[in-house]
Amino acid sequence: MTFTQRLFAPGWYRAALGTALGFGFGTAIVVLVRAAYGWDPIVNWDSIVTVGALIAAPLGYLVGIGCFDYWFRWASGAPTIPEDHSGHGAYSWKDYFRVNTDHKVIGIQYIVTTMFFFIAGGLMAMLMRAELAQPGTQFVDANTFNGLFSVHASLMIFLFIIPVFAGIANYVLPLMIGAPDMAFPRLNALSFWMLPIGGVMMLCSYFAEGGAFATGWTAYAPLSTETPMGQQFFTLGVQFAGASSIATALNFLVTIITMRAPGMTFWRMPLLVWANFTTSLLVVIATPFIAGSQFMVLLDRTLGTQFFSAADGGDVLMYQHVFWFYSHPAVYIMMLPGFGIISEVISTHARKPIFGYRMMAFSLVAIVILGFTVWAHHMFVSGMQTWLRVPMMITTMLIAVPTGIKIFSWLATLWRGVIHLRTPLLFALGFITMFTLGGISGIMLAVVPFDIYVSDTYFIVAHIHYVLFGGSVFTIFAGLYHWFPKMTGRMYDETLGRIHFWLSFIFFNLTFGPMHFVGIDGMPRRVADYAEQFATWNAIISISAFIFGLSFLIFLYNMIASWRHGPAAPGNPWRANSIEWQVSSPPPVFNFDQVPTVVGGPYEYGVPGAVHAVMGETKPAAVPAPAGGGGAPPPNE
Amino acid sequence: MGDRETVTGDEAKGPPETDPRIAGEKHPVARMIAIGVFASLVGIGISLLIDWFPADASSAAVDIDTLYDILLICSVPVFVLVMTIAIYSVVRFRAKPGDMGDGAPIHGNARLEVFWVSVPFLMVTALAIYGWIVLDDIEAKAQDQMVVQVTGQQFTWTFGYPGERVRSEELVLPVDQPVEFRIRTKDVLHSFWVPEFRLKSDAVPGLTTKIRLSPTEVGSYQVVCAELCGLGHAAMRQLVRVVQPEAFDAWLARERRRAGGGSGGAGAGGQSGDTGGGDTGGGGGGAEGEQIFASSGCGGCHTLAAAGTNGDVGPKLDQISKPDEAYIKQSIENPSASVVKGFNDGIMPSDYADQLSPEEIDALVKYLLESQQ
Repeated sequence: MTFTQRLFAPGWYRAALGTALGFGFGTAIVVLVRAAYGWDPIVNWDSIVTVGALIAAPLGYLVGIGCFDYWFRWASGAPTIPEDHSGHGAYSWKDYFRVNTDHKVIGIQYIVTTMFFFIAGGLMAMLMRAELAQPGTQFVDANTFNGLFSVHASLMIFLFIIPVFAGIANYVLPLMIGAPDMAFPRLNALSFWMLPIGGVMMLCSYFAEGGAFATGWTAYAPLSTETPMGQQFFTLGVQFAGASSIATALNFLVTIITMRAPGMTFWRMPLLVWANFTTSLLVVIATPFIAGSQFMVLLDRTLGTQFFSAADGGDVLMYQHVFWFYSHPAVYIMMLPGFGIISEVISTHARKPIFGYRMMAFSLVAIVILGFTVWAHHMFVSGMQTWLRVPMMITTMLIAVPTGIKIFSWLATLWRGVIHLRTPLLFALGFITMFTLGGISGIMLAVVPFDIYVSDTYFIVAHIHYVLFGGSVFTIFAGLYHWFPKMTGRMYDETLGRIHFWLSFIFFNLTFGPMHFVGIDGMPRRVADYAEQFATWNAIISISAFIFGLSFLIFLYNMIASWRHGPAAPGNPWRANSIEWQVSSPPPVFNFDQVPTVVGGPYEYGVPGAVHAVMGETKPAAVPAPAGGGGAPPPNE
Repeated sequence: MGDRETVTGDEAKGPPETDPRIAGEKHPVARMIAIGVFASLVGIGISLLIDWFPADASSAAVDIDTLYDILLICSVPVFVLVMTIAIYSVVRFRAKPGDMGDGAPIHGNARLEVFWVSVPFLMVTALAIYGWIVLDDIEAKAQDQMVVQVTGQQFTWTFGYPGERVRSEELVLPVDQPVEFRIRTKDVLHSFWVPEFRLKSDAVPGLTTKIRLSPTEVGSYQVVCAELCGLGHAAMRQLVRVVQPEAFDAWLARERRRAGGGSGGAGAGGQSGDTGGGDTGGGGGGAEGEQIFASSGCGGCHTLAAAGTNGDVGPKLDQISKPDEAYIKQSIENPSASVVKGFNDGIMPSDYADQLSPEEIDALVKYLLESQQ
């Protein structure tokens, strides 16, 4: 290809061109408008960054990289290139760096991208712990510190936990329901390519004048409407991550509703599919609210609207209500897919049917419904209507009931199973331990008088990490180890996996456990400096945090080395029942050579003669080989 | 349940006694209960022995501390239950090397499921009712409440005593006197919190929020800002002194005299908490400037030896880089006009020209010039 051809074909050259054109277009609009109004100066960099760099340039980049090519052809009446499947499959590493419509490629793009932001956010946590190892100021000033915890939380939530679940489900879910791909493959690609924009913006905010956004991931107004330019990088970054999230959720909903294989009724779906179905409902309903809250902040900042300016008739508490109407359900957006992963992992590695399958599905639905009725428990000390606190306390505590159903059902699934204590199951058990603790501290926080005391203290920091790290991230590790053979066609190293588990389990607890103590003892969160009385615990916390951080390197090494040189994985190393394990590892480009037919439930371990799915009309599924048979034995067991 | 019932039945499950792995144990469940009760008692004992809270110095403290103890007593057995079953299962039912078998095909147990829906339901309902009762108790209105106006601003608190014409940077309270704090803010969100008093409330632009309590222990504590409010958030601390009623009266009288012989009236009464030092009257140049410096909260961010403040959010004012009247005045009225190197723009409130009268700003400038070292 000549350079000119490259410049006009979808790809990175055209993306660079599109970014530049977008930036130029945005800049021109700003200059023209300011000139028309006679404002001085005509070249105002704050406005140019907002309109040119944060809105127009990313859209130019999306067009350039090729997310819209098909739709543009179709809309303009040009001949489309519908069924050549050029966008499917990855044959070299370069194929991961172009717009690809294969759900398996997109799944891996998601996972690798989000891991990058996980590392970035983790390094910020390490810097914070370095600063907090002693009272006083050692490494970073207050402004940088406020930026660190804000960007850390934003990356972890919007660029790691939420999208990595989307990545895992992208890979696994169509296989599980016997579909050749997602319902809208091009929308799927667009969802992925919007995501890094949000993350890059948040990282770039460090270079903005006045430093990174420093108002926490909550970005409470009116602080967020008054702080320097960095805030805009958050406000707009969230829009791209949120749009990505909504589009993916729509895609999952349509895929699950319309693309299940013959015989795959709702009551035969694996619980991971149920989990992503319910999560997607949450995303589609709730995410527009955070988009709205951040748009209002953006408009207050850039156009001079007065949503949150009390002096001009604005309403400061409205921000918190709108924000938490998304951000509480977001906790479940970050948890339900993990519940699904744990159900798969426990059933498979304990070789037992899920205990109370229908109750497990119903409890997911109950959490979705209750999840929309509890948002104001984040606002018990906010000065909102005082009567609202008690009903929100009651609904919050009621969520313990469906959550308890899940915990108890997993335990009952372990009971009298044949437990293969491989890395995925270790992480699942670690998850149960720590999520129970996080749930218990959640119940405590729901009780209004106790919450009044500990809100905005380190007790909250402890709780959120028990739920989101001990909870969500442990399920992510469980899922990545569990499906690593399927995704890469290679086995991971079991010994390294176990070392990773034990190091992270022990040092997670040593890092976040003591935060309960310092929190109840009166240490507020989001401070770079603290009173002398908290020094000992903070030193312990920091040291544990560093080891905890290092333990991640073992995971990273294991993943990279095993992907490159690990032993080849058989199609079904765990002898699992669900459909994704009945095809080769990694699966064929279009998933199934023959459309599977589902004939039974997904977890019928130990039931004589039970089969979940058969490939094609007649050929029976690759039933697990009996002991001593031809199938490869699972490694290290 | 559709097709799966066709392949299951009691004969396929078999009672636990037939599982060879626990056949030697007569009552595995009873044994787990015994272990669980023992572990719970030990756990509850340890968790109650830990000294969790700072000193309790208000009427709300005892109630909240007791509530937390009850929560611990309810929580420990739940955690122990989960752990006992998990650990027992992993130990007893772990696969032997080469074991390619499956577990018992148990699909559910309606009675068990009803049990673990209803027991947590009853538990959280009971806790919610108890929590509500405690909430009502600690927020009950007392007789003869003293009102204190609390005003937050970046990055300091000021306290007004309506009817007493006193505004202060330190919070002084008589012991055992019910107080109602009326909390406001001049700029962004803050949160008024004295850990030893336990209660906390955000200061919200446009609203007045309230906390009621009685200090019960004489001593010195700190007001801590608990809601992220910007650069100086971590340093937004102020002294609280709970004193005997006589000492409080003496302090009030002294403060009244300092506020300008009672003629001007700083902190003008109950109708609003957002007066800066705006109504300070009387007094001559230096003394008036000193009063404005204190009541406007300058010391929250700036070090000034003459006023005994040591904030480090903004530049030190003991040796101002350009000690001339016009520069200082400009820096108060429009802080963005010239920002000292090493500090960020947009931190200092830019509305002092509205909060203070021109005469007051002149007095403040004069005071700052007099205080140069």
